Amino acid sequence: MEKNSNILNRLDWLTVLLWGTMMIMGWLNIYAAVYNEEYTSIFDMSQRYGKQLLFIVAALVLAIFVLVTDNKLYYFFAWFIYGMFVFLLLLVLVVGKEINGAKAWFEFGPFGLQPSEFAKFATGLALASYLNSKRQALGFRTMATATSIIMVPVILIAIQPDMGSVITYFAFFIVLFREGMSIYVFISALLAVILFLLTLIFGTVPVALGLIILSFAALWIFIRNSQVLMALGVMAGAGALSYLAGHYIFGAGLDLIIVFSVMLSGAIYAWYLYRYRLKMAVIIYSFLLGGILYLFTVDYAFHEILKPHQQTRINIMLGMEDDPYGTGYNLNQSLISIGSGGFAGKGYLNGTQTKFKFVPEQSTDFIFCTVGEEWGFVGSVVVIGLFVLLLLRLVMLAERQRTTFVRAYGYGVFALFLVHFFVNIGMTIGVMPVIGIPLPFFSYGGSSLWGFTILLFVFLRLDAGRAEYLG
Amino acid sequence: MKDRFANRKYFIMALAIAAAVILILRLFYIQIIDKTYRTSAANNVLRHVTQYPARGLVYDRNGELIVYNQAAYDLLVVPVQTSAFDTARFNEILGISMKDFRDRMKAAVTYSRRAPSVFMKMISSETYGFLQEELYKFPGFYVQARTLRKYTRPVGAHLLGYVGEVDDKLIAQDRYYRSGDYIGVSGIEKSYEEHLRGKKGVNIFLVDVHNNIKGSYADSRFDTTSVPGSNLWSTIDLGLQEYGERLMRNKTGSIVAIEPSTGEILALVSSPSYDPSLLVGRVRSSNFTRLQADTVKPLFDRALMASYPPGSTFKMMNGLIGLEEGVIRPTSLFGCSMGYHAGSLTVGCHSHNSPLDLPGAVMNSCNAWFCNAFRSILENKGYNSIQEAYDRWREYLVAFGFGNKLGIDLPNELSGFIPTRSYYDRYYGKDRWKALTVISLAIGQGEIGATPLQMANMATVIANRGSFYIPHIVKKIGEDGGPSSVFSQKYTTGISAENFEPIIEGMEGAVNGGPGATARGARLDSIIICGKTGTAQNPHGKDHSIFVAFAPRDNPQIAIAVYVENAGFGSTFAAPIASLMIEEYLTGKIKRQYLEDYVLKVVIAPDGKEQ
Ligand SMILES: [Zn+2]
Repeated sequence: MEKNSNILNRLDWLTVLLWGTMMIMGWLNIYAAVYNEEYTSIFDMSQRYGKQLLFIVAALVLAIFVLVTDNKLYYFFAWFIYGMFVFLLLLVLVVGKEINGAKAWFEFGPFGLQPSEFAKFATGLALASYLNSKRQALGFRTMATATSIIMVPVILIAIQPDMGSVITYFAFFIVLFREGMSIYVFISALLAVILFLLTLIFGTVPVALGLIILSFAALWIFIRNSQVLMALGVMAGAGALSYLAGHYIFGAGLDLIIVFSVMLSGAIYAWYLYRYRLKMAVIIYSFLLGGILYLFTVDYAFHEILKPHQQTRINIMLGMEDDPYGTGYNLNQSLISIGSGGFAGKGYLNGTQTKFKFVPEQSTDFIFCTVGEEWGFVGSVVVIGLFVLLLLRLVMLAERQRTTFVRAYGYGVFALFLVHFFVNIGMTIGVMPVIGIPLPFFSYGGSSLWGFTILLFVFLRLDAGRAEYLG
Repeated sequence: MKDRFANRKYFIMALAIAAAVILILRLFYIQIIDKTYRTSAANNVLRHVTQYPARGLVYDRNGELIVYNQAAYDLLVVPVQTSAFDTARFNEILGISMKDFRDRMKAAVTYSRRAPSVFMKMISSETYGFLQEELYKFPGFYVQARTLRKYTRPVGAHLLGYVGEVDDKLIAQDRYYRSGDYIGVSGIEKSYEEHLRGKKGVNIFLVDVHNNIKGSYADSRFDTTSVPGSNLWSTIDLGLQEYGERLMRNKTGSIVAIEPSTGEILALVSSPSYDPSLLVGRVRSSNFTRLQADTVKPLFDRALMASYPPGSTFKMMNGLIGLEEGVIRPTSLFGCSMGYHAGSLTVGCHSHNSPLDLPGAVMNSCNAWFCNAFRSILENKGYNSIQEAYDRWREYLVAFGFGNKLGIDLPNELSGFIPTRSYYDRYYGKDRWKALTVISLAIGQGEIGATPLQMANMATVIANRGSFYIPHIVKKIGEDGGPSSVFSQKYTTGISAENFEPIIEGMEGAVNGGPGATARGARLDSIIICGKTGTAQNPHGKDHSIFVAFAPRDNPQIAIAVYVENAGFGSTFAAPIASLMIEEYLTGKIKRQYLEDYVLKVVIAPDGKEQ
């Protein structure tokens, strides 16, 4: 009994409060999203908001259950829990129910459970446990092992296939970064992901141009020298000239500028290197060259090597072509509803776009549309603010840990929330491609709510017990 | 221990803040700066009007139109946009009662107050004309153009299939479809749905409270245009199809005619049939219920979905397999004394010359001859056991397309049934059965079942002397398209061409021969038809009459299988019908008026009584 009250005293109530607030806000928005005059009671169990209330109550019970368990359990059984979920991910491939083309669900009567939502917590534990045993400064072998801990569930989920969930697992690289992964490896990986997504959204040419400009900006930051501005000017001029010449004289496309610019900037960098013997210029230029090469490889691989039906399949896996009315329909609907919210929103239950059933998956992946339409810019900023608060609080909590185990796990929780938060809201407003992953605590669905609740509360339980000796 | 990476927390926190800043900047842009996303005034609403593309047309093999579209209109209502209006005038235009009006309005409100729902489906062009003029008086109502299927002739219902509304289950599975959309439910409409349907588009309009369209939303930036469906060119000869359906009127059964050199289906008749326009538009559901309840099952496609024992037509298979296995020769003689006798077992036969060689046995359809041949196949010393020989025998049949779906481009094809070795093992005990146990297979009776399509395919293989293409119903998808590539793949059956000659000689004799020929009713003066009669045993009533044939003997143009249920021997009706079909297709003119009259006059009730 005394131990329990001890936990209540040490529990981080701010996080609990944020968790509760988000769940209630999510619930109210689900009610608004599927609101129908015929079923006005928010407690109607035949409707999604009624079911979500049940899920919330169950999440409360889960949270309490996690809090009363011994925190050593998570430490000692990390690998067992991981193994169990890997097994469940295997099992779901065999006996799972196929929904929207992915074998991702166990079916229990009217309810379905998605093991991939819970496997995130298990992966976080196993990764933390492994890093704890290795101390700091991750060498190549430690990195490789840590990566394979992440890749086992990733591969199993990719087979389902549920590309949305796969992408969220890459969040764990933030944990590796915090625990000492080489900064160059991390930035390369981050750039690779960002470039990949940008290339798919905007195409190669604008992204390559952006890269060139960025590299000059970086050069300017690191080597404060007016020569950089000069070089930029020369390059812009050369680019414009080559465009005009290419377009009007040779009838070539924008690709020519890229090639020309890369060559030109290469020459300028070479000169810099010669003049100042600067290491930074080499690094930046390698990043630029590598980036552009990677970009065209992705684009070439996608358009030239893959057959059209394979391209379509990848687009569908990325959720980018699940689109009955033509390119970008879902996104347009989403933009219209959020954009029409304006500054203050249309008011609760007064949204029209989401009620028209124009926005697909409005209570699950596109729940933010309801927020944007009915609560406007103000409400959207409040929701984003809540997430930022939660994320920063998680970093704080992680940093006050005495063991690598709890800290690494905490960063895992942080990273997953960050990716879900950014990708989900980003996709509704056209910053991210349409990738079907839920918004934590907001989206309709038991699996994701419970998965996130367990993820968070295991960390809170470990944090509450930070004074105790672990392992 | 000093944590030398502790400073990285700042970078990580910056990531979170950067993410938030990106999102907030973007939201600021779309919610506050960019006005296009906002409706210009509070009372303006967006209306999404789906542009339904015209469904592809269907032509026959000669380019004659079979299926086309007719405009129809759905009247939609958005309940929250309605306000008081002259309901009496409204009802007068639509020809509905006040109670009807209230019921429809209530249904629309129940679906959603804010989303459009169909108030009245498929109103005619005339009504639409009147309504359009006065639509401004009825706020909240608007019209959406749809298309309905129309047929140039009331034939081909089974093969064309019909179009119906999508059900909720499919909407949940396939996001292309929305409630109220149409989809091919059977026949070509179903199997070529993705080609025929085209691609929907959507126009987004700004609409004021008076139901007036004020213009397109955001300069049509979010509009998509619809893409019409592809036209199809069927392999069907519409004239022959119609003639076949006429010949089969008042009879139950089916006709399948195939062009042997390509596998293209020339006619696919299932009788009783129905007028395909019965399943179009508002009358569809009531007509469907009526057709479904009909005891003669007009919706059932017998050509693909009925499996019968093939009877004597199957003897040719045993002849071919026996020759290929080398256990019989064309000149092999077997005697027949009114049947086949082995111990206590007797398979009866009719009286004819004896002994006979293979062509003679086909021509006279001698049961004893084929019992002997079948026994030789199974008791072949070249195999370790009867069972092993049986496996080989079955392999030949599978190569002909028996026992499996042929893979025609129509839904719901039946696979038929050729028992496997384990089937008999289960029945009689492992390897406890002999040739005599399964002797009924010699004459196409017993457990085996084949569809009329499979039998027509067998006639095709014989006509081609050993090969076939998968029978198919569509030869061209779109103006410049071809058929699916699976239909240009040639299949061989493992039986050499010369082994077909004695069988074909027998089939020629059966139609054109002297005394003893079983199908002389099918004879045509100008063209050599090769055919074989059969009778499918029917435990429920009078036997079914079967005839398979092809013509001309050299360079065949048509292979055909005809089934007439409850008509008795194959020679009575199936053979004349097949003969008339061949005459119609090859000469374009029927010279034997008496034969046509004889066929047309007969009415065979499902209980087998001629009337
Ligand atoms: Zn005989």
